[in-house]
Amino acid sequence: MALFFNVTLQLLEGLLYTLLIFGVTLLVALPLGLLIAFGSKSKIKIISAITRAFVWVIRGTPLMLQIIFFLFLPTSFSNIMQSIGIPVDLALRGEVALLTMVCVAFSINYACYFSEIYRGGIQSVPQGQYEAAQVLGMTKSQTFSKVIFLQVVKRIVAPMSNEIITLVKDTALASVVIRLDLFTVAKGIVNTKAILWPIFYAGLFYLLINGLLTILLGKLEKKLGYFKV
Amino acid sequence: MAFFEVSNIKKSFGKTEVLKGIDFSLEKGSVLSIIGSSGSGKTTLLRCLNFLETPDVGTMSIDGKVIFDASKDKAMKEAEIRANRLHFGLVFQSFNLFPQYTAFDNITLAPLMRLTEQKLTKEEIKVKTEEIKAKAWELLEKVGLTDKADFYPCQLSGGQQQRVAIARALALSPDILCFDEPTSALDPELTGEVLRVIKSLKSSDSTMIVVTHEMEFAKNVSDEVIFMANGVIEEQGTPEELFENPKSPLTRAFLNKSLESF
Ligand SMILES: Nc1ncnc2c1ncn2[C@@H]1O[C@H](COP(=O)(O)OP(=O)(O)OP(=O)(O)O)[C@@H](O)[C@H]1O
Ligand SMILES: [Mg+2]
Repeated sequence: MALFFNVTLQLLEGLLYTLLIFGVTLLVALPLGLLIAFGSKSKIKIISAITRAFVWVIRGTPLMLQIIFFLFLPTSFSNIMQSIGIPVDLALRGEVALLTMVCVAFSINYACYFSEIYRGGIQSVPQGQYEAAQVLGMTKSQTFSKVIFLQVVKRIVAPMSNEIITLVKDTALASVVIRLDLFTVAKGIVNTKAILWPIFYAGLFYLLINGLLTILLGKLEKKLGYFKV
Repeated sequence: MAFFEVSNIKKSFGKTEVLKGIDFSLEKGSVLSIIGSSGSGKTTLLRCLNFLETPDVGTMSIDGKVIFDASKDKAMKEAEIRANRLHFGLVFQSFNLFPQYTAFDNITLAPLMRLTEQKLTKEEIKVKTEEIKAKAWELLEKVGLTDKADFYPCQLSGGQQQRVAIARALALSPDILCFDEPTSALDPELTGEVLRVIKSLKSSDSTMIVVTHEMEFAKNVSDEVIFMANGVIEEQGTPEELFENPKSPLTRAFLNKSLESF
């Protein structure tokens, strides 16, 4: 019983870090994804080309690779600067710095996935909606914020939900860098205590979060059910 | 000089010239119907008037003031276009109501947005907001939908949606209200209610341009009828002239064909 209690405590702590990575990523990637979507639709060719290429690279490589890349970026940058005689040292030290970089990698990765969903959502709003707003003398930003945005949200709740639930599970990838998240903690216990059940116990936690998310996102979908697009 | 003057409007999409020089004028308070076969450029013309398309050539003026001149306005500022397009209202074939707003909010949205752009005191904003709301009620009354104010578009029939769309367009008090086949997306039994509303606007002195396939309506309501064919105005006249005594063989053929379909 003491073991169970102890494992639970450790897993709860891991859950906290998992939720932290999840929360920060969501908070950053949701707006950033919209920005990237605008970028890739930009009329300025160079902006849309660069944005699209960037999204293509991020979506075409494993998240784990990107985490490692972002982790070593500051170190490599510092090394290069030092080799040409500029004394900068940005190498990451300590948990907070590592965790921050992990969040950066997750945010950028997910922003790119979200951007594609936004893009699809924006494109699926009929041209007539823009034109109706236009002939009523609304500006472009008024049109987007007051007319288009909510219709986009309604159209993308379902695909977004899938990505968000994937994100919960993807937080386990943070283990390449820091050993704090739920999955890594569970794996650690399995290794040191030579027992298997904590890993399945951790699985319950994941299910719990995703169950909650499913309910919340379902509520949002229902809330937007008052209108049809 | 007439209230609204359009001269030599030309518009091409790529290599296809859709409007080949359109001239007409319109007096204040009069109703102009535009008829013509599919692809003759009626929608394109309305879209040009509403600044949804930019004509390649031509000018437009309202009340003696030039609001568009293709030779100068190629790079008209966004703000200028916005100001000029408010001379016009447009009712679309497919209504295009904003689905997330009630009938009432569809009507008040644009006027309220304009309010936020003006530098006003809190007190003035309050007064003007009340005015906008009062006007919305008036307009709902006009289109016979006061009881549907809180309904969302998906809860309204096509005919009701189109009447809300008319009220929405009127909320900004345009000088000229344009309709692009306002009833052709409707079931036949719903066209009557929309046409009646448009007819009632005539008696309240609105200036209107109506693209329509409803020949009876064009005959009864308009002061002037334009028949378009292949991007030009083939014939123009009073309903009597055009319907009873068409001069162009193209007009005659078109009218015969539309009569046959009944
Ligand atoms: N954005 C566009 N790009 C290319 N061609 C266009 C565009 N808009 C219209 N056209 C062409 O212009 C011609 C006239 O179209 P328009 O919609 O003005 O006709 P219409 O008289 O309104 O026809 P209908 O009675 O079917 O509504 C058509 O041949 C159409 O294919
Ligand atoms: Mg048309």
